[in-house]
Amino acid sequence: MAEPNGVTVPKGNLQYQFNGLTSNNSSRGGSPIPRLGPIPSSQLPPSRSIPQSQLPPSRATVAGLTQAVGNLTVSSQSTPNISPTKFSASTPNQVHHPSAVFSENSSPIVPNLMDNVPLKETTQSEVQTRNSEAQQSSNLNILSSSNTMQGPQQQASDYFSQSTPFEVVPSVGNVHQQPVQSNGPFNNRTQIQVQNMPHSRLLQNKQSSSLRNVNPAGSQTQNFPTKSDPSGQASNMQPQFSSAPLTSHVAQQKIAGIQSSALIQAPPQNKLTYSTSPHNFAQYPQTQTSKQSLPHINQKMYSQTLPSASIAAPNAGPNLNQGPPQFNTGLPSQVPPYSQSSTAQPTGPMPSQRFNPQINYNVGPPNLNGPPTSQTIKPPSLNTSRYPSMPASQQLKQQQLTSSQPNPYSQYPPQGGVVQTGFNRLWGAENIDLLQNPNVLPPHKLQPPLANLGQEQLNQVNCSPDVFRSTVTKIPESSSLLQKSRLPLGLLIHPFKDLNYLPVIHCNVIVRCRSCRTYINPFIYFVDSKRWKCNLCFRVNELPEEFQYDPLTKTYGDPSRRPEIKSSTIEYIAPSEYMLRPPQPAVYLFLLDVSRFAVESGYLNVFSSILLEQIRNLPGDARTQIGIIAYDSALHFFSLAEGLNQPHEMTVLDIEDIFLPTPDALLVNLKDRIDLIEDLLKLLPKRFCNTYDGNSALGAALQAAHKMMFSTGGRLTVFQVSLPNFGPGAVTAREDPNQRSTAETVLLNPTNDFYKKLALECSSQQIAVDLFILNSQYVDIATISGISRFSGGSIHHFPLFKLSRPLSVDAFQKCFNRYLTRKIGFEAVMRVRCTRGLTINNFHGNFFVRSTDLLSLPNINPDAAFGMQVAIEENLAENQTVCFQAALLYTSSKGERRIRVHTLCLPIANTLQDVIQSADQQCIIGLLGKMAVDRSMSASLSDAREAFINVAVDVLSAYKFSLNMGNPSSGILAPECLKLLPLYISAILKHPAFRMGTPTRLDDRLKAMMDMKTKPLYLLMQQIYPDLYPIHNLEFEEMVLNEDEEPVSIPPRLHLSSRCLENKGSFLMDCGDHMMIFVCPNVSKEFLTDTLGVSDYNNIGDDMIEIPKLDKTPNKRLHQFINYLNDEKPYNVTLQIVRDNSPNRSQFLEKLIEDRLENSLSYHEFLQHLKTQVK
Amino acid sequence: MAFNFAAFSYIIALIGDAFLIFFSIFHVIAIDELKTDYKNPIDQCNSLNPLILPEYILHMFFNVLLALAGEWFTFFINLPLILYHINRYRTRPVMSTLGIYDPTSIMNADQLTLCQREGWIKLAFYLISFFYYLYGYVMALERSVE
Repeated sequence: MAEPNGVTVPKGNLQYQFNGLTSNNSSRGGSPIPRLGPIPSSQLPPSRSIPQSQLPPSRATVAGLTQAVGNLTVSSQSTPNISPTKFSASTPNQVHHPSAVFSENSSPIVPNLMDNVPLKETTQSEVQTRNSEAQQSSNLNILSSSNTMQGPQQQASDYFSQSTPFEVVPSVGNVHQQPVQSNGPFNNRTQIQVQNMPHSRLLQNKQSSSLRNVNPAGSQTQNFPTKSDPSGQASNMQPQFSSAPLTSHVAQQKIAGIQSSALIQAPPQNKLTYSTSPHNFAQYPQTQTSKQSLPHINQKMYSQTLPSASIAAPNAGPNLNQGPPQFNTGLPSQVPPYSQSSTAQPTGPMPSQRFNPQINYNVGPPNLNGPPTSQTIKPPSLNTSRYPSMPASQQLKQQQLTSSQPNPYSQYPPQGGVVQTGFNRLWGAENIDLLQNPNVLPPHKLQPPLANLGQEQLNQVNCSPDVFRSTVTKIPESSSLLQKSRLPLGLLIHPFKDLNYLPVIHCNVIVRCRSCRTYINPFIYFVDSKRWKCNLCFRVNELPEEFQYDPLTKTYGDPSRRPEIKSSTIEYIAPSEYMLRPPQPAVYLFLLDVSRFAVESGYLNVFSSILLEQIRNLPGDARTQIGIIAYDSALHFFSLAEGLNQPHEMTVLDIEDIFLPTPDALLVNLKDRIDLIEDLLKLLPKRFCNTYDGNSALGAALQAAHKMMFSTGGRLTVFQVSLPNFGPGAVTAREDPNQRSTAETVLLNPTNDFYKKLALECSSQQIAVDLFILNSQYVDIATISGISRFSGGSIHHFPLFKLSRPLSVDAFQKCFNRYLTRKIGFEAVMRVRCTRGLTINNFHGNFFVRSTDLLSLPNINPDAAFGMQVAIEENLAENQTVCFQAALLYTSSKGERRIRVHTLCLPIANTLQDVIQSADQQCIIGLLGKMAVDRSMSASLSDAREAFINVAVDVLSAYKFSLNMGNPSSGILAPECLKLLPLYISAILKHPAFRMGTPTRLDDRLKAMMDMKTKPLYLLMQQIYPDLYPIHNLEFEEMVLNEDEEPVSIPPRLHLSSRCLENKGSFLMDCGDHMMIFVCPNVSKEFLTDTLGVSDYNNIGDDMIEIPKLDKTPNKRLHQFINYLNDEKPYNVTLQIVRDNSPNRSQFLEKLIEDRLENSLSYHEFLQHLKTQVK
Repeated sequence: MAFNFAAFSYIIALIGDAFLIFFSIFHVIAIDELKTDYKNPIDQCNSLNPLILPEYILHMFFNVLLALAGEWFTFFINLPLILYHINRYRTRPVMSTLGIYDPTSIMNADQLTLCQREGWIKLAFYLISFFYYLYGYVMALERSVE
C-alpha cells in the first residue's frame, strides 16, 4: 500500500497499473480500507505541558468536552489521508499523488528514465483537482483560517459524535467512522443505543457524568443523537437522495461554495456522493442502500464528498486545543442539534456556516428522518433479534461490569480528580484499568500511531509505518529517560514492501551528505537556496546546480519542490558509481530433494506443475538463467545443452569432493532453452518415482550449487523433505519426541557450522538460499536454516506435507506461486543511518552484517522484514527531531541498479509521560519477539519467557510511576497506547516459538522463531494474536468499499476466547498465513446452505478448504470478506473449514489464547499475576 | 647467584607475557577496526581466531611452570584468567575452526563491546603482570643468592 508520505492511495484502479510487467501477485499487499489516520495518543499538541494547576477549577466540567475535541485534532491529521487524490492541489504538502499515469511510471519494473516524472504527475493531479475541487478548496482555505469562530456548536457536535466509542481511539482516526464500528447495524435503533453504553463504559461515564453535573438536560438530549450517529448520517443522506432529483443537487452543489446557508450546503455534500458515482449506488441491492451510505463509503468517494465536511473539522482541531475557554462559553449555548442543522445562520460569517453541514452529519437529522428511512429500506431488520446476539451478550456482561463498578473513577484521587482525568484524556493520556476492562480489543484493526512532528507538512511526508516503524513515536532525549520508561527502543523495517506509489528518480547526481553519506530527504534544513544542512550529522552541504532546477516550472530556484524533498520513500536509479560490477542477470537454481521420503510426499508433482505454469512469469530480463539439481545420496545434474532433444541427466556419486560434470550446460538461459526446461519439469515427477534411496546429501548439493552460481550470484531454492543425513554437513536426528513441551537451548542452536559457513560464502558471491521445508519428520531446521539465515534467504515450512492432504498442498501451491512471481532484488545491501547520538545495536532478520550499519542481502524480497535495536548514546536534548534512514541498494530483475531510501523522522520527548504515551504496542511486541528469540538461543527458553513478563511488569510499573498518583489503586493501569501490551504478551507466551507445556515439534518451534525474526509486523501480529470475526451475520455488519469499489461487510474483531464464541455462530480466524472458519454445531440451516454450500452440518468435510461459489448473496458476501482480508496479505492464503466435531477442531481451539490452556495461564490469570508484580 | 627454576619460570613468563601483550594489542586494534567499519568481519575473524588458542595455551603454560616452581601467589593471581579462558572457549559458538569469534554474531553491539572490554582489561592485566614478573624474577634471584 502506498503511503510514502503517509497518504493512502486509493487502490482500485491504481493497483493493476502498478503491477505492470511483474505479475498480478507481485505487488499485492495493499490495504483497501481507506486508511484513516489513527489517533495516536502521542500526537499531542505541542502546548501539551500546560500545568493543570493553571486552569480554573470550574473547567472540570469542560474537561470531557475538551478531550473530545482534542481528539478531533487528531482526526484532522488523518483527514488528508482519506482523500489523497483530490486534495493534492489544495494542500501544498501532498503534491505527489499517484495518478494513474504516474503510477505506471513509478513501477520499478517499467524502465523509467525521466527525472521529471513525478512532477509530470503533479501537474496532472493538479489539473484534475482544480476542475473538481476548485470551490471546495477555496472554501477550505477560508475555513482553516477561521475555525476559531465556530467554537460552540461545532465543538459540541464533535464531542457528541465522539462520545460514543471513545476509548477505541487508536483504531480509528475518523470521527465519522467511530460510531459505526461499535454500533454495527442501525436497523434497530434501540439496540444500538444499548450497545453503545458498554463500549463507552468507563470513560464515557466519567465524561458524560461530568457533563451531566452541569447540564443534565442538555447532555441527555444530545447524547441521544450521538449514539445513533451512523444511522443519522446515513439517513441524512438517504432521503435527500431519494427525494430530490439529481440535477437539482448538482445545482445546489454549485451554489454551495458561495452560499452561506447551512441548509443548502448540507445536502450537496451528501448528494455529490451519488451524483459523482452513481454506478456505485446502482449496483447495490436495495437492502444495502442504507448501509452504503455509511461513512466508509463516503470516504472512498472522498474527493467530492467528505473533504469539505471533514476537512473543516480538522482545521478546527489545532485551535480547539487552545480552548477550554471557548468551550465554557460554548457549552451552554448548545442548542438541540437540529435546530442547528435546519436553521441557517445567516448572521454568522461564511466559514462558520460551512461547519454546519457537519453538525448535520453527526448530530442532526437522525431523529427526523433517520429511523423511518432505515426501517423502511431495510427488510432484514426483522432479524434484529438475530443479529448481535453475541455482541449483545457481551454487552450484557459489560453492563454487569459497569454496574458492579458503579463508580469507575473512584480510582482517581478525589481532589481535583475530574480535572485531572479530563486533562489526561484531553492529551490522550487516559488510563485503563485492565482488570476491569476485559474487552480491550478495538473492533477494527489497530492503526499504528504516527509521529507528530509539529508541522503538518512534515507529518504528511513522514515514512509510512508499514515500511518503517519505531517502538516509540517520540524518542526519549536521554538513555536514562528511556531506562525509566522501561520500553525497548528499536525499529522495524519492511524495506522492499510492494508499494503502490513510489517516486522513481533518475538523475545524474544523487544528492548526499558529504560526510555521512545521507541521502537528501524531506527533513533536512535548507540553509539558503544553495546549501542544505544534513539532519543526521548536521553538516552543511552544497546543493548541486541540478537540484535547483524545478522541472515543473522549468525554472531554477526553490529546491524544496524536488520529489526528494516531498517524499520520504523514494527510489533512485543509480548511476554507475554504485556498481562494483555490471548488474547481474536473474539466476534461479532449484535444488530438489528426491530421497524416498521426498518422493513419497509427492511434492515434485506440485513443484513441477506450478513452475511450468509460472516459468514465463519469473521476474527477469532476456539474460535470465535457470537450472535444476536433484539430490538423494548422489547428485543428479540435468544438462540442458544446446542441440539436445531432451535433458540429459548426469549422476555424480562422489559427493565428498564435488565437481560439475558440464559446467556450462547446467545453468542455462531461460528464453533459449525453455522447451528443454519444460520437458525436464514434465519428466521430473516420474523420473524419481521408484527411488528407494533414503539419504539426502543436502550439503553436497549446496556446494555444487555454490560452484554453479559462483560467477553470477542469484537465487537458490532448496526443497528439503528428509533429514540431510549424508555427505558434508550431515546432521543426525537429535529431537527427543518426549521432550517436546520445552526445548533445550542446545537443540535450538545448530549442531555444526557447515551451513553457516557456506551461507557466508554464498553471501559474498551474492547467492541467497531460500528453503522450502516440506518435512514429515525431524529435519533439524535449527542447523539447516543457517544457510538461509545468513544469506538473506527466506524459509518456508509446510509440516507434514503429503500430496493426499489438500490443505497442505493448497498452502504450498499458493506460497510457491507467490514466491516465484514476487519481485526480487539481487546483490542488495541495506544501510541504516541514524542521527548522531543514536546507534543501532543489533539487527534481526536474515542477512549478514558486513559492518556496523551495513547489511549484506544477496537477495531481497518483498516479504522480508528486519528489526533493529537502537541505543541512545548522547543526550539528544538539543535536537528537535531524530531521523533514521534506510537505504537499500539492489539490482532489479531487469538489471537496473536502484536505491530505495526510506526516511523516518521522530520528535524528541523529554518527559517520562510523553515517552510512555508515545509507545507503539504492536511494534514493541514485534521487537520483543525478535529479542526473545535471541535470548532463548543464547540463554534458555524460560529466560526468554521471563523476560517477556518482566517487560510487561516493568512497563506497567513505569507507567504507574509516571502517573504519580497519590493513592495506589487496586487494578492494573495501562495507558491507552499500551492497553493491549499485556494481552499480546500473554499471547506471545503461547506462540509456538515460546510456549512451554504444549507439545511443539522442535522444527515447528524453530520455524516460528524464524518467522518472529523475519516476518513483517502485520503478518506477525496475526500470528501472535489472530483476528477472529463472527461471520454468521455478515449482512448486518458495517460495510466498507474494497479496491473494486464493492461493498464488503466487515464484522468487528472478537477476543480470542471461547466466551466470544456462540453455539449458533460461525467464526473466521485470520492467522496471517492461513485462515480457519469454525462452524459451531447449531449454526442455522440457511447459513450452511446459502453461505457454505453444504446441505448438512456433518457434510462439512475434514478437508474442506474452500467455499464453493454460489449464486447467493450471503455466500458472495463471505467471499468478498475473505478476499478483503486476503487483499492485505502478500498472497491469498489457505482457508480451512473446521466443524466442531472434526479432528481439526483442536487447531482452532488452541488459538483461543485468552482461555486457559494446559499449563498456561488465561489472560485474566496473567493479569492477576502482573498485578502482584507491578509495584 | 644461582639460576634456579623459579627464576627460569619467571623469565619464561616475562617473555611469554610480552607476546601476550602484543596479542592483546592486536586484539584491541582488530576489534576497533571492526567497530569503525574498516574491515570485513569474516576477514577479521579469520585473522583473530588462529591467535586465540596460542594465547590461552601460552598463558597456561607459564602459569604451570610458575606453579611447579612453587610460586603459588603468582599462580593464584593468574588463576581467574585461566578459568575465564577455559570458560570462554567452552561456551564458544558452534564452529568447525579453532577460535571463539563468529563473524555472524561478532557485529552485534553487545558482542563487540564485550570483546573490546575484554581486550583492554587483558592488556592492562598483562602489562601489570609483566612488571610483576620482572619483580618476581629479581626476587627469585635474590632468594637463590641467600
